[in-house]
Amino acid sequence: MFKQITQLIAKDFLLEWRQKYTFFGILLYVLSTIYITYLAFNQIIDVNTWNAVFWIILVFASVTTTSKSFLNESGNKQLFYYTLAKPQAIILAKTIYNGLLMIIISLLSYLIFSLWIGNIVENQLMFISSMLLGSLGFAATLTLVAGISVKAQNNSALMAILSFPLLAPMYITLIKVSSFAIVGTEWSNSLPLLGILALLNIIVVALSYLLFPYLWRD
Amino acid sequence: MGFKGNVPQPEIGNLDETIRNLYFHVPMWFTMIGLLTASLANSIKYLSGFNLSYDIKADEQAKTAMVFGVFGLLTGMVWARFTWGDWWANDVKLNGAAIAVLSYLAYFVLRNSINEQQQRARIAAVYNIIAYVLMIVFVFVLPRVTDSLHPGNGGNPAFSLYDNGDLNSNMRMVFYPAVAGWVLMGFWIANIRKRIRFIEKEAQA
Repeated sequence: MFKQITQLIAKDFLLEWRQKYTFFGILLYVLSTIYITYLAFNQIIDVNTWNAVFWIILVFASVTTTSKSFLNESGNKQLFYYTLAKPQAIILAKTIYNGLLMIIISLLSYLIFSLWIGNIVENQLMFISSMLLGSLGFAATLTLVAGISVKAQNNSALMAILSFPLLAPMYITLIKVSSFAIVGTEWSNSLPLLGILALLNIIVVALSYLLFPYLWRD
Repeated sequence: MGFKGNVPQPEIGNLDETIRNLYFHVPMWFTMIGLLTASLANSIKYLSGFNLSYDIKADEQAKTAMVFGVFGLLTGMVWARFTWGDWWANDVKLNGAAIAVLSYLAYFVLRNSINEQQQRARIAAVYNIIAYVLMIVFVFVLPRVTDSLHPGNGGNPAFSLYDNGDLNSNMRMVFYPAVAGWVLMGFWIANIRKRIRFIEKEAQA
């Protein structure tokens, strides 16, 4: 099981390295969205606006990143994988891969965002920890939703409809924590919320582990 | 007695006579949660045996639950207009309710987008379980750590604290039967709809 997971993750990274398609595509997407924001706003100094624009960009970036998750594994290839690996190994490997990808992308977007739009965050550690938990959570939820929507043929529209309500608990918590981090309030205010984010991550990964086998078999 | 019965007022803040909305607004949510829980149970049963009749039950219970969810939102909006001064407030419970309704509307869209029966049932069951678990986190865990305008949260007194003599027990006498009545009505409607679906299926076969 563990060996299968590591091999599957290595396969995903190898494919990505050969094609250099998803990662640079998303990077360009983030870059151009942030640049458009810059053209419209120049610098943002208002807490709510900064927060809202940053998270909207990150949510859409993560939906774009993960929506293609199972495109390589459809049709006959899926049957081939089915004979090789356990479905639990496949979903965990995809979740870990997407999580790593999302962490890199969110850190890079934070960097680019700070460069152009300006950085008004008081408590950097609090903000970055909430961002990392958030990107892991987005990746986990969206990988599972991508698994669902690839089964229902018309997947790109369905992906958005299914994922936004499911992501809501996460992004509402995230927006709250990051507004605390921007203003620079005490850790005691934000720790319970970070705890909820961690709990949501665990719940979503557990659900993927339990439910993906039912999606996978046809 | 009854709906016209004495209610504790005007000591309890700005609720006045609208406190009677308690008989409608709160049971709507109880009914919705009850029906969604039943729908979850049927989805799990479907996944453990792949019997399509459980899928139909889960679908109809979720549909009926959404009707009650929408009525819960409407009664809540009327109440919010009166007590908080606006139709909608950025409150953690309102967000939770809105998100719950949205995620189940997505469930119906997902169902309609798949034609093959067994596959539809399986994928819908998986989504139903995910949506339910996240909704429970959102509706029951998140309000515990954030403030809410609702009674019993963020320093607002719960309804049980509005106790002044026998007026409150008057309300209880109406409230508890109202809860039981609405919940039973919800399950009854879902049951009838389920039976209509079964008959239609028989007629086709």
